[in-house]
Amino acid sequence: MATANDAEQLKGLRERYEEQYGFRDPDSYVFRTRKGLDEEVVRQISAWKDEPQWMLEARLKALEIYRRKPVPTWGPDLSDLREDDMYFFVKPSEKEARSWDEVPENIKRTFDRLGIPEAEQKFLAGAGAQYDSEMVYHQIKKELERQGVIFKSIEQGLREHEDLFREYFGTVVPATDNKYAALNAAVWSGGSFIYVPPGVKVEMPLQAYFRLNTPSIGQFERTLIIVDEGAFLHYVEGCTAPMYSTDSLHSGVIEIVVKRGARSRYSTIQNWSDNVYNLVTQRAMVYGDAVHEWVDANLGSKVTMKYPSVYLMEPGAHGEILSIAFAGRGQIQDAGGKAVHVAPHTTSQIISKSISKDGGRSSYRGLLRVYPDAEGAKSTVVCDALLLDEYSESDTYPYIEIENPFVSVGHEATVSKIGDDQLFYLMSRGLSEDEANAMIVNGFLEPLTKELPMEYSIEMNRLIQLQMEGSIG
Amino acid sequence: MSATLEIRNLHVSVEGKPILRGVNLTVRQGEIHALMGPNGSGKSTLSNTVMGHPAYEVTEGEILFDGVDIVGLEPDERSRLGLFLAFQYPVAIPGVTVANFLRHAINARRKAENPEDKGISIPEFRKLMMEKMETLRMDRSFAGRYLNDGFSGGEKKRAEILQMAVLEPKIAIMDETDSGLDIDALRIVAEGALTLHERIEMGILIITHYQRILNYIRPQVVHIMMDGRIVETGGPELVEHLEEHGYDWLREKQSNGA
Repeated sequence: MATANDAEQLKGLRERYEEQYGFRDPDSYVFRTRKGLDEEVVRQISAWKDEPQWMLEARLKALEIYRRKPVPTWGPDLSDLREDDMYFFVKPSEKEARSWDEVPENIKRTFDRLGIPEAEQKFLAGAGAQYDSEMVYHQIKKELERQGVIFKSIEQGLREHEDLFREYFGTVVPATDNKYAALNAAVWSGGSFIYVPPGVKVEMPLQAYFRLNTPSIGQFERTLIIVDEGAFLHYVEGCTAPMYSTDSLHSGVIEIVVKRGARSRYSTIQNWSDNVYNLVTQRAMVYGDAVHEWVDANLGSKVTMKYPSVYLMEPGAHGEILSIAFAGRGQIQDAGGKAVHVAPHTTSQIISKSISKDGGRSSYRGLLRVYPDAEGAKSTVVCDALLLDEYSESDTYPYIEIENPFVSVGHEATVSKIGDDQLFYLMSRGLSEDEANAMIVNGFLEPLTKELPMEYSIEMNRLIQLQMEGSIG
Repeated sequence: MSATLEIRNLHVSVEGKPILRGVNLTVRQGEIHALMGPNGSGKSTLSNTVMGHPAYEVTEGEILFDGVDIVGLEPDERSRLGLFLAFQYPVAIPGVTVANFLRHAINARRKAENPEDKGISIPEFRKLMMEKMETLRMDRSFAGRYLNDGFSGGEKKRAEILQMAVLEPKIAIMDETDSGLDIDALRIVAEGALTLHERIEMGILIITHYQRILNYIRPQVVHIMMDGRIVETGGPELVEHLEEHGYDWLREKQSNGA
């Protein structure tokens, strides 16, 4: 937990975000497409990546699907998102580096400032760094490489492991899934390709860090992860951006296949600046006796729509979704999760914790679906919302579709407000109002933060402290 | 220099309704006072007001700490001056461990005294906690539990005294700390408070309905509150008189006087 001393040293959130994450580099791209999106832009992206014909065709088909699908209206308002004002591809460097020394100087400085190379050395099994539309760096520890673990940019994955790539790409999240999955399938660029061979345990996390620099950019991260039988992987992603007056878009698609008896965990700490639309589809297919966990923390962005999902495909599959949303001034966090029980005797758990303050809106939007064959499925959904003031909002949209009578399902939802009595109690021991608020919020999130690896839990508590600073009074 | 809490002609309203109607009371460091009185007479209103609960509105009068009026101060500022309230009903703070909370509370004080302070070191803090918990006969695991969350009545009261022992206030108000305690727990809690009284001359204002805690923590002065005023002040003998006769004689005295 961040110390009481931190709270006093910190200034207002915006000021501090600017200084810590919101800084910008001068434009230095190698190439960018003109503003807007059409077939030519898609062809240019594909050509720059020197892709096989089938991939280009898949992109063009996805573009059509994207055009056909209407903008969803069941959630936050997306009508201000204008594709004509946006760059869909900004290539940051000539080539992707395997050593930080080969990364262009100004970009390397950015990642230094964000602490990525340092984190890589201290507690990661490998790191990738994406700057605007492409990965500028990717590296994995030698011994993992020797064990056959593949950790590359998605483009390298396609180039160097085309068969494996093609076998799984688009099978977990097809382009037809939703409008933004279609958009991603058309213009995807950057993201990771990971394969963990049977029985291999990657003990330390692999991390990818996503950074936006160009104003009015769309970033379309695409990640494909295959965790083979009995293997283990923890993948972590973080993201930040400078603050601009114009909007940017991050629309990622994450596909994960967790084979029999494997375990995987995917943790996100999303801290985009508040001019970024964050519309992400992430899904894991979980097979027999395998486990997948999503840890999804949404602290930044202007609008987030993100519902990590687990598809439990074979008996014994288990899925967990831990979702944290923090909606501050002007922010809409529409987060949650989906658990789809396809096979019998599958289990899932969704825990959602949201915090709203300064007029922010957070929603839990979740789906629990049990197929007719999924006898003996068990699921629990717990969503707790905390409101820090009377100007903020919280909503819950739990959708439950159960087609088998022999299942066990629990759903709990609570909404609470930080009470005067809690504040008074903590303040009567000498904590300032900000410190007391931060402490209550940290405590509210504790069941989730303790699930995160130590380093991330510290990072997250610090971010929350930042979010809380000066929030009340 | 010994601290003084001086309450002068204090009038307090809650949601526009007057509860305290002119309370006068002075507690000096090194003294022990008891405040007794029937339910609803305003005892907890007094303790909450002294500590600065925002729902309690001071409409008249003063609360002086070392001669300075603290009515406009926030609860944390009052706390850092050396005031402490052991709550009658401590609220739960889920997810925040006792240890984490106390470390923050200590650091908030140190920081207020010296902005350069880096906070208490972990080993130093651990030693302090263990020592205090031992004197209150609390299990080590207590430090790792969430503050007041799922605590029994007795555990809550002990946790209050633990906080008091760690924060070492100059003057503490103990609001019905004895309620809900069995005889062993009562003794431990009372000893904890007495130790502070003896070691750092902590002044105590103990609010209670019963004599038994006063057998351990012996007050020099006993006040009786009725209808938002202190109607009787005397020595320890007043406690026994109350045990025997209840409050009726005071009610009569009041109505005769009125």
